[in-house]
Amino acid sequence: MESLLDFGPLVQEFATILAGFWSTIRLTVMSAVLALVLGTVLVAMRVSPTPVLRSVGTFYVNILRNTPLTLVLLLCALGLSDTLQLTLSRDPGINYYWWAIAGLSAYTAAFVCEALRAGINTVPVGQAEAARAIGLTFTQSLRLIVLPQAFRSVIAPLGSILIALTKNTTIVIVAGYIEASAVMKQMFDDYGGTLPIFLGFAAGYMVLTLPTGFFFGWLARRLAVVR
Amino acid sequence: MSTSVLFDVPGPRARLRNNIITLVSAVVVLGVAYLLISGLADKGQLQGRLWEPFLRADVWTGMIIPGLVATLKAAALSAVLALVFGVVFGLGRLSDHAWIRRPAGAVVEFFRAIPLLLLIFFAQAGPATLSGYTVGVPAFAAVVIGLTLYNGSVLAEVFRAGVLAVPRGQSEAGYSLGLSKSGVMRLILLPQATTAMMPAIISQMVVLLKDTALGWVIAYEELLNFGLKQIPANFGNLIPSAIVISVVYIGINMALAHLATVLERRSRRSRGPAAPAGLAGPTAPAGPPSAESAGISVVADSARVE
Repeated sequence: MESLLDFGPLVQEFATILAGFWSTIRLTVMSAVLALVLGTVLVAMRVSPTPVLRSVGTFYVNILRNTPLTLVLLLCALGLSDTLQLTLSRDPGINYYWWAIAGLSAYTAAFVCEALRAGINTVPVGQAEAARAIGLTFTQSLRLIVLPQAFRSVIAPLGSILIALTKNTTIVIVAGYIEASAVMKQMFDDYGGTLPIFLGFAAGYMVLTLPTGFFFGWLARRLAVVR
Repeated sequence: MSTSVLFDVPGPRARLRNNIITLVSAVVVLGVAYLLISGLADKGQLQGRLWEPFLRADVWTGMIIPGLVATLKAAALSAVLALVFGVVFGLGRLSDHAWIRRPAGAVVEFFRAIPLLLLIFFAQAGPATLSGYTVGVPAFAAVVIGLTLYNGSVLAEVFRAGVLAVPRGQSEAGYSLGLSKSGVMRLILLPQATTAMMPAIISQMVVLLKDTALGWVIAYEELLNFGLKQIPANFGNLIPSAIVISVVYIGINMALAHLATVLERRSRRSRGPAAPAGLAGPTAPAGPPSAESAGISVVADSARVE
């Protein structure tokens, strides 16, 4: 019963926990960068004048958005890595790390693409029409008029996606890479599933997610396009 | 794409250029598809014997259908519980009494801020430890508890935004008719909020359905478990099996997402003039624009990330 309020395990395993959260941060940052790049490419495909590219982009987004992330990551780890022997590194730990990042960013890119597209949708048609009326070309009106406004309106949604990505890194547990949630599972096995351990890890994730939310909220308000 | 204002109706030169780009991209796409398929064939993943199990009735009745039923059972129960949780805490956050508003807000923010997997682990391990290992929480219950708390908290925000987005004249009219606070909420605000928020609620159901796949981690025998553990264990066909299972998931989720789009289009139509068409074509279900004007950022589409 006294284990109910025993914060001891958190102190004893502090180094392991920190290492777990460091893995979480690394996974988040790497996947966020890759997802942003891939998502931008996808949204460019989805608004392009080429029907083939548009349908490929739509196909990708629909597939990835409607598949559980657990399945995506399992397919990366068990399917592509173990069954097909496509290894990204000779070291198994690093191999699973990169496959986890590949799965996370492939999945998140679909959401980044949709957020960016929704951002382009928030730009009033009049803006594009005005750009065309003064003789700007397609590239110029995108670069000078539409995209600057679109990017500023998607800051908040991109923030939500980043927070979701941070929380989604826990699912990497199925792909054989150790991060914070795997450390918590291990501690539950070692010390029992006590409330202090749960709260400790919950606080750890909140330290990561809440400031991200505040920062993106602040940035979105600061850069909001006044209409 | 003559409707797009981003580019002109193409003239002869632009048409030629577009055709060339189309040709090149088609070749690239086909090339990538060829590489994928030949890669799979090289590794022997396209052999008939790996795919043959999916033509057998017993694989479907014995594994895939039971898995799907288990997934849908967990999803349905959590959906109902999450809706109840969402209404209770969403309205709790709107209460005039700080002693209700603050705790409800804290609960909602807490469960929204932490990963679902942590909740599921704790739902399973917590009661067992607390009771001195006499009570075992079945995997099904742990999944449902986790999904309910997380999605319920998200839905609480959806309901709150929906209620706040109902024009103020509605509740004022209700009060002037002599309705009580709960009467206004029950008879006037909640029905309108629910209708307006239906697309966002259904999008959240897609999230919930996808998240049942987390049952894998604690060995709940749902669709993913059958598809990626038991079928491959019997037939050694992990990749074909994963592809079949993803098709099942994608089919169900796209049907749900389509329902959300239809409902949104209908509610938009009934609310008056159509929203101006965006630059990049229709976007999949997003929260009604009125929610944002109420100062609350509920973006149904980005909520679907989780």
